[in-house]
Amino acid sequence: MTELLAVRDLIVNYHSERGIVRALDGVSLAIGKGEVVGLVGESGCGKSTLARAILGVLPVPASEVRAGAIAFGGDNLLTLASAEIARRIRGRRITFIPQDPYGSLNPLFTIGQQMLDLMHWKSPRAAAAGRSAWPAVLSRYPSARRAQDRAAILDMLGAVQIPNPEQALAKLPHELSGGQRQRIVIAMALLPQPELIIADEPTTALDVTIQAQILRLLHREVKRRQVSMLFTTHDLGTAWEICDRVVVMYAGQDVEAAPTPAFFAAPRHPYTSKLLESLPRTDGVAQDIPGEIPSLIAPPQGCRFHPRCYFATTECTITRPPVSGGAHVVRCYHPLGASTGVAA
Amino acid sequence: MDNGKGGRLKQASALWHGPGLATFALRRLVWSVATVAGVVAVTFLISHVIPADPAALVAGERATREQIEALRHQLGFDRPLLTQLADYYLRLAQGDLGKSLFTSRPISADLLSRLPATIELTLAAMILTVGLGVPIGVLSALRRNTWLDHLVRLVTVSGLAIASFWLAIILQLTFAMDLGWLPLGSRLPSGVAPPPTVTGLYLIDSLLTGDFATFGTAAAHLALPTVTLAFPAMATIVRFTRAGMLDTLNKPFVQYERAMGLPESLVVWKYMLRNALTSTVTQIGLVAGALLGGAVVIEAVFDWPGLGYYAVNSIIMSDYNAVLGFTVWVAIIYIVINIVVDVLHRLIDPRGTG
Repeated sequence: MTELLAVRDLIVNYHSERGIVRALDGVSLAIGKGEVVGLVGESGCGKSTLARAILGVLPVPASEVRAGAIAFGGDNLLTLASAEIARRIRGRRITFIPQDPYGSLNPLFTIGQQMLDLMHWKSPRAAAAGRSAWPAVLSRYPSARRAQDRAAILDMLGAVQIPNPEQALAKLPHELSGGQRQRIVIAMALLPQPELIIADEPTTALDVTIQAQILRLLHREVKRRQVSMLFTTHDLGTAWEICDRVVVMYAGQDVEAAPTPAFFAAPRHPYTSKLLESLPRTDGVAQDIPGEIPSLIAPPQGCRFHPRCYFATTECTITRPPVSGGAHVVRCYHPLGASTGVAA
Repeated sequence: MDNGKGGRLKQASALWHGPGLATFALRRLVWSVATVAGVVAVTFLISHVIPADPAALVAGERATREQIEALRHQLGFDRPLLTQLADYYLRLAQGDLGKSLFTSRPISADLLSRLPATIELTLAAMILTVGLGVPIGVLSALRRNTWLDHLVRLVTVSGLAIASFWLAIILQLTFAMDLGWLPLGSRLPSGVAPPPTVTGLYLIDSLLTGDFATFGTAAAHLALPTVTLAFPAMATIVRFTRAGMLDTLNKPFVQYERAMGLPESLVVWKYMLRNALTSTVTQIGLVAGALLGGAVVIEAVFDWPGLGYYAVNSIIMSDYNAVLGFTVWVAIIYIVINIVVDVLHRLIDPRGTG
């Protein structure tokens, strides 16, 4: 599978009043063309930071990218001018599905106004139109293109199963249910015909029954269009359902990456194995992980999981383990399933 | 840019035919009438219990006691207070504000003749206030805690703190007396004939008739009172716009719009500003109401022949009917402005249920 996006050794810090928050500590991740990658981790592990870093919307000036690269289609997104990213990449080649469908649509504009504004700037036809000298807010939307874009919007609303697309366009966000709003933002992510969709826990805010519907829909539509997707979630069940590959993060570090079946069959990192054991099971035995998630202001040296790890040795407390394994990558000196207990 | 004509029409029609609009309008009307009646009652009672005798004032210094009593009877001031009030209501219902005690001219004609001057001044001040206040508020919010924001804060705090009559005098001293760039006061110099009346607004009338010399002169006369009025009003608008924008800055929908790479000017001046304006529009209405009621002190300082100046003179002369008439006008203005603000509010925020 050819690589579409590759994040390499990304280090991101936040400056807070209590000190420097070391949110991402050398994270690497790759997404192939047409691949759905689940980025799994607990709240605060850095999933959203990574998603924002790829989109180029880390908060300024609170955040700082210290090192690393994000390679996407021949560009390094970290060195590209932010105006360039906003114009050429964000919303066109990489789109976004937000976590909170309730707050993410502007409450004062109709669905149609918001979708048409997106298409005005981000439809595949907009790319061909080139740039205008006018400030965007004054720029005219050529009526021929507007009509084409509107037709595309109606098609897409049908694809995401919005009943009565025409009527939906005239509605304000608060007149739609949470599930419908989530379908709208999914449609908005698909409409520009992107190569990659970043979905930031897109179903967390929904009822469980709606969640399943939306997940199936999202999976079907990205697979049908061969769009790649980075899907962040704290829910292993969700990852199991829709992801081709899973990347697990713990406290700002990536610890394991593997194809979904291999990952769930035999997790290799002590943290991920504990995480899987902590899932509720039919036999009623769910185990928690002793200890607490470390503070990212003063995180542990080396592997950040070592204070809670049964297998930790001195080397774990000094330097971060290197990557090992082929398709099933693990960052651990003592990965599970290795007969000697020592990294290959 | 927006949803185009269809969308706007749909939105507007939702406003007018929304649920319960008839009830809403009826309730507003009843309240409006009650408000005017209340304002009249209070003003009427206050003006009649203050220890000044209008009959004596009208009769003049050398009038005898009998002459004064005869005049009192003739003016109806000897009747019971409630009878006088009822009589006033009755005439008010027919649009009759009574006559001036001194000139005997109908109050409504007096007010109408001074209305254009006040409207012209108000419009100019509001254009300056909104046209500069809103953008400055937006920029100040976007560049918060930079030198620009601090400068804006300094100016707006001064705008709210400085007494406007003092500012008026300083401006007169500087630009009229010292520099001689602008006239001291009034709408036009005494030798210049006003342009033919179309709207009563000199700037518009002179433009309509192609009289650019008069336009320039009228504009120069308008400049200082406009700036004096706009300065504190702008301070209010800047502060509310800034607060509204700061409120919107970290909303999830703004983050979403940015994450989708929408042009920044669109995000700020369309999506964020509309949200910020929901609170600012109320303030704009209040400011407009205050100005339309006649900028009493400023009109007096600049010798501006508007409603405010008329009110000052009427109060000084104890011309009860004129003061009452002016009060009714101000009450109506505020009611109308409130309705306009409600409508604007519904247009900006179509979620409103009234």
